[in-house]
Amino acid sequence: MSWIDIGHIDEVPLRGARLVKTHIGCIAVFRTAETEVYAATNSCPHKGGPLSEGIVHGQSVTCPLHNWVFDLNTGEAQDADEGRINTYPVRLEDGRILLDDSAVTRRSAA
Amino acid sequence: MKQRLVVIGAGMASGRVLEHLTDSAPDAFDITLFNAEPRGNYNRIMLSPVLSGEKSYEEIVTHDDAWYAERGIACRFGEKVEKIDREMKVVEGANGHVPYDKLVVATGSNPFIIPLPGHDLEGVIAYRDLEDTQQMMDMGPDNKVVVIGGGLLGLEAAAGMAAHGVDVTVVHIMGHLMERQLDEAAGYLLKKSLEDKGIKICLQANSKEILGRSGKVRALLLDDGTELPCDLLVMAVGIRPNTALAQDTGLAIGRGIHVDDQMLTSDPDIYAVGECVEHNGEVFGLVAPLYDQAKVAGQAILDEEASFVQKSLSTKLKVTGCDLFSAGDFADGPGREDIVFRDPSRGVYKRLVIEEDCLIGAVMYGDTADGSWFFGLIKDGTNIDEMRETLIFGPAYQGGDTADPLSAVAALPPEAEICGCNGVCKGDIVEAISAGAGDLGAVRASTKASASCGTCTGLVEQLLQVTLGDGFEMPTTQSICGCTDLTHEDVRRLIKGQELKSQAAVWQELGWNTPNGCHVCRPAINYYLLADWPLAYQDDPQSRFVNERKHANIQKDGTFSVVPRMWGGITTPEELRAIADAADKYDVPTVKVTGGQRIDLLGVKGEDLPLIWSDLNKAGLVSGHAYSKGLRTVKTCVGTDHCRFGTQDSTGLGIKLEKTLWGSWTPHKLKLAVSGCPRNCAEATCKDIGVVCVDSGYQISIGGAAGMDVKETETLCQVSTEDEAIEVVMAVTQAYREGGKYLDRLYKWLGKVGMDWVKAQVVDDLQNRDALVARFELSQSIYRKDPWAEHVREKAQTYGPIADFTLEAAE
Ligand SMILES: Cc1cc2nc3c(=O)[nH]c(=O)nc-3n(C[C@H](O)[C@H](O)[C@H](O)COP(=O)(O)OP(=O)(O)OC[C@H]3O[C@@H](n4cnc5c(N)ncnc54)[C@H](O)[C@@H]3O)c2cc1C
Ligand code: SF4
Ligand code: SF4
Ligand code: FES
Repeated sequence: MSWIDIGHIDEVPLRGARLVKTHIGCIAVFRTAETEVYAATNSCPHKGGPLSEGIVHGQSVTCPLHNWVFDLNTGEAQDADEGRINTYPVRLEDGRILLDDSAVTRRSAA
Repeated sequence: MKQRLVVIGAGMASGRVLEHLTDSAPDAFDITLFNAEPRGNYNRIMLSPVLSGEKSYEEIVTHDDAWYAERGIACRFGEKVEKIDREMKVVEGANGHVPYDKLVVATGSNPFIIPLPGHDLEGVIAYRDLEDTQQMMDMGPDNKVVVIGGGLLGLEAAAGMAAHGVDVTVVHIMGHLMERQLDEAAGYLLKKSLEDKGIKICLQANSKEILGRSGKVRALLLDDGTELPCDLLVMAVGIRPNTALAQDTGLAIGRGIHVDDQMLTSDPDIYAVGECVEHNGEVFGLVAPLYDQAKVAGQAILDEEASFVQKSLSTKLKVTGCDLFSAGDFADGPGREDIVFRDPSRGVYKRLVIEEDCLIGAVMYGDTADGSWFFGLIKDGTNIDEMRETLIFGPAYQGGDTADPLSAVAALPPEAEICGCNGVCKGDIVEAISAGAGDLGAVRASTKASASCGTCTGLVEQLLQVTLGDGFEMPTTQSICGCTDLTHEDVRRLIKGQELKSQAAVWQELGWNTPNGCHVCRPAINYYLLADWPLAYQDDPQSRFVNERKHANIQKDGTFSVVPRMWGGITTPEELRAIADAADKYDVPTVKVTGGQRIDLLGVKGEDLPLIWSDLNKAGLVSGHAYSKGLRTVKTCVGTDHCRFGTQDSTGLGIKLEKTLWGSWTPHKLKLAVSGCPRNCAEATCKDIGVVCVDSGYQISIGGAAGMDVKETETLCQVSTEDEAIEVVMAVTQAYREGGKYLDRLYKWLGKVGMDWVKAQVVDDLQNRDALVARFELSQSIYRKDPWAEHVREKAQTYGPIADFTLEAAE
């Protein structure tokens, strides 16, 4: 695994998200707590809603279009809804957000 | 000949090394101990009780002169080691050389001083040693002190000085105190207890400059311009391993001095222990691991087998009355689950973090009695699956046969307090139930339990169930969402009654069962707080739906629509040109005239929003708030300006109303219209608030709707002047803002409170009308502004990606 520095934690609002654009689609980086980040596909499996625009609560995000809720740990839709978003390894080091490079390169597109 | 051991630094870590060595092999070494501080080893962590006056310095000395003498240790206190010569194997002290066979470096760490302008003024100190402590103890009730840093050290310093009556202000850069050990809820409780001790706390405060007078500190200047006067400024913002000596002599270092599992540095004769080391990429700041290191180093020096293993750590704050505990890991990781318990009446908060059936982290505030039990579970990696349901209740409830919350309630002793507000214990309630109180209302009536803040309602219901068994059916209440049992009405009332002024306060005091709410309650609570405390509460964009966070309406394809404001529906050729230019420049696919007399640019890309706004701003156009639960539009007809039937200047009044109300947030969207005569071309009688002009004045009616429900407005009153019409509209809006349930349109609120009540508030009671108007104006002093311009100025970059890999050439 190799890690790519995508920015500083302070650039992502607390309980908010920012986008990372890649050749294989957009990834949303969520900040769920002061020093806690998650990364997942930006696109909602329901009708493609932009998850980075959703409300972030606990370790979940609510899609802004029709309120599906996804657990950012597993990517699973909660409650009655069925669907899953891809999640990607991400970590924090001295305030820098490091994203696993498989998330941004074509190799993992398969 | 005996081997020669030299130790640099007489601190907490090396003290333990010496204890181990002299206990297990008293005659193995000739020992020389250097210390830069002019004294031997004392318990540094107890400086805080010394500062607060709870202990004296003598009580915290670990090794006194006699101790060193008995062990034949040559003490060179007050003498700093300048250099280590590894080739000659000598240590150079200020007063002469000492040769060594084995060397232990234990130089601790240096407090970090932020290089603000003025950091070298007299009276700017850190908090590390007895000298610093003494300077703080010299402060008294006539002095002011500022502490930068709301972590463990800063808060202990602040509380210690406050205990002597010093006027202390803590300046902290983050959103809550001790953010590395505590989550928001616990941080909130801590802040509250410290404020009760008279300590002022500024959060999210950025220090800009330390101001001085004749070389001495005078005040701290924050970047928002606030000046905090002080006679002493304490910086407690972190520590850095003290590696200077090791670096000069060429030992391998990273953030600290590199050591292996035996605490050996890159030189086979030099060991290092304490805060100066780095082991497996970690550096240290608490004594527990240092003691482990010291033991290992002691054994390794004597050629015994031992290795240092890092363990999880727990933290407590040594401030009397602030009972907190934090242990383990809260950082991100897949598959984690939270268990939250709050008892607002006792100010208790507990949160457990579970991963793969093991407890990995715990934060507690107010009641930390079970801290060590939880810490044990964390350290041992105990599988907690069996007791998951009752884990949060602590060891007392474990071991029973059934693990369910009801049995936990059943297990409570009769004297356990259930209702904190009214001091009702379990026994009283069970007695009342046995005497015939068969539901919540009856229990409330006979015992008062859950009749005040209502947060024990759930417990009372569980008691009903335990006592009556199947004879009791759990009611389904209309709570806001799954995070709480309280209704919107309860929460609004409690926010005002208990003066809750932050989301963390609401979550804690009202016993939320999630760490920070969900998409249903967060926007509601955010609205209630900003409506009730316009000055004290700061709007939280992250608790808003995307439209209100981004000040544009999201469309089904993820693009946005942009609607500039046209006051009263009036525009100019210049504005139209600017809109047309913007539509061209940003490839806007659809341009539509709205029902509210505005122009809608649909299909703008999220990233372009700040750009298009900036262009529109230049032409004088501001946000139309077409996305907000707030004032949308004031629709007008042309009135006396052009229409032969016009009785009053309906356009002019519409513009005035819009300029008064714009930017305000309301429970749901708010649409107005003003028609110039009863022919009502502006359709004022199906708006939330409508004004119809007549010869003798202005008829104001409220509670219309033309959406899924269609409703005609009901008459509120008629007034004779424009000014009075504006005042009545402001007062009604404010009454709706203060009382309405989030997402209730005005007509729904009206249905609940009744027209008679509204009339009494804003028509009959003029004093009350004035007060409503004043409160509305106060709130508007904050919110009557263009969010587009603000975002263009301050947040433009957040509309783009944080990183863009599509710009890089493909491999
Ligand atoms: C006010 C306060 C409260 C604390 N509270 C807690 C707590 O509640 N819980 C907890 O776990 N931890 C607490 N700590 C942290 C704890 O005190 C430290 O982790 C511990 O003291 C570090 O031990 P050490 O031996 O590595 O360094 P130190 O104890 O700092 O000892 C290093 C010594 O080396 C000397 N030295 C440095 N360079 C030289 C040189 N070139 N020549 C000679 N001597 C030198 C220094 O003068 C110093 O005396 C607290 C710290 C402070 C300041
Ligand atoms: S409402 Fe009356 S004044 Fe206004 S345009 Fe219609 S007819 Fe004219
Ligand atoms: S009427 Fe329905 S489809 Fe048309 S804009 Fe409104 S919500 Fe959308
Ligand atoms: S697109 Fe996400 S919930 Fe419908």
